[in-house]
Amino acid sequence: MELDLAISPSGFVFDPRTGATFSANPAARLLLEGMQEGEGLAALVARLQAHFEVGEADDLERDVLEFLRVLQDETLVPAERELEG
Amino acid sequence: MARFTETVLVTGLNATDNPGPGVAVAQSLRDDPDFGGRIIGLAYDMLDPGHFLPDLFDASYLIPYPSGGREALFDRLAYIQEREHAGVLLPNLDSELPALMGQEAALGALGLRTFLPSRAQFDQRNKDRLGELRDKFGIPVPRSVNLVEVEGVYALHKLFPFPMVIKSPFYGATIVHNTDEAVHAFWSAAAQWGYPVIAQAYVEGEEVNVTALGDGRGGMVGAVAMKKMLLTDKGKGWAGVTIRDRGLLSLSEELLRVLSWRGPCEIEVRRDRQGAFHLLEINPRMPAWVDLCFGAGQNIPLATARLAAGEAVTSLPDYRVGAAFVRVSTNTLLTIEELETLSSAGERHGRRTS
Repeated sequence: MELDLAISPSGFVFDPRTGATFSANPAARLLLEGMQEGEGLAALVARLQAHFEVGEADDLERDVLEFLRVLQDETLVPAERELEG
Repeated sequence: MARFTETVLVTGLNATDNPGPGVAVAQSLRDDPDFGGRIIGLAYDMLDPGHFLPDLFDASYLIPYPSGGREALFDRLAYIQEREHAGVLLPNLDSELPALMGQEAALGALGLRTFLPSRAQFDQRNKDRLGELRDKFGIPVPRSVNLVEVEGVYALHKLFPFPMVIKSPFYGATIVHNTDEAVHAFWSAAAQWGYPVIAQAYVEGEEVNVTALGDGRGGMVGAVAMKKMLLTDKGKGWAGVTIRDRGLLSLSEELLRVLSWRGPCEIEVRRDRQGAFHLLEINPRMPAWVDLCFGAGQNIPLATARLAAGEAVTSLPDYRVGAAFVRVSTNTLLTIEELETLSSAGERHGRRTS
């Protein structure tokens, strides 16, 4: 997944295409960094599990997909993009 | 490139909440180590803020309003040139250009050079003619119709849906949602600015802007794209950040090419939700945020001055994305004597250098 964002360690996110800025919490920053590295759904879930004490993978998958929809609503990710397993 | 040491005349010192670009132009020149000249401000009003920025301007003069005609302007320029011996004039307001375009000989007689579009180029980007760019060159311009009678307003809904935009050829635009609002906006625009009144299809999306400099032969010397982060109630940018979008810069390059644009300009574009661009306006001068271009790595005011002076400037370096500005509103305290000097003599002298 192509994600052209500047993400600082503090969670400040800048979209160089639109000029929009965002504040990402630690979990969101982790997911954004994973997406930038081209990770699919399973890898993103594993990334969350490795960094946080979190629950079942099924719930996490739903959360990651919901986060993807938020990014698409903000046009940070193209609407037609899907996460591969 | 050698240091630029010419004295430069800069207009548009009205750095108000609807700011002219002159102060930003002067700031870009003054802050660049490659600039070693003097900067002379030209203003229309005694209270234009640029008069009171002695760190930027070596002197400033009142000049007659464009409505006073070309002769009055050139008389005043002759007076100023006897004292300042400037080599370059950078006019920064749309309304000034008609008196200056095509006047190379008269300006040259005063020792002044400019880098301006031709009258034909200037007219081609008039708001009531932008549609020709779509029809002739395929530039994406929202559909529009020019109106000279109010009757036309009642048929607008057959051309494109509400909401739509009603605008004058010169300034201002109103989004209207029904025929009643459109009629009101029509009369308001006509009363303030005359005819034609332009009705344009509304494009939903976000506005982005580009400052570009054309070489007059179809080439683009430089361009910086910016997204406004904070707006005044007049829609003027109070803060902004440089952005990069290949499509936006390609559109800018294409515009300068088809117009063979000579000089600086500001290109106003709307990007819709699908990422497509729609050209809204081309302003024939630098914008009030042009110092952001310098901050991002492209000194478009200095490049314009160099081109005016006859230097070869082929292309500016790439710019930094994420450079930002915020306008700061502060009060400058004055004595009555400072106002008296400007009011009675119409000029102010002396730069503060420490």
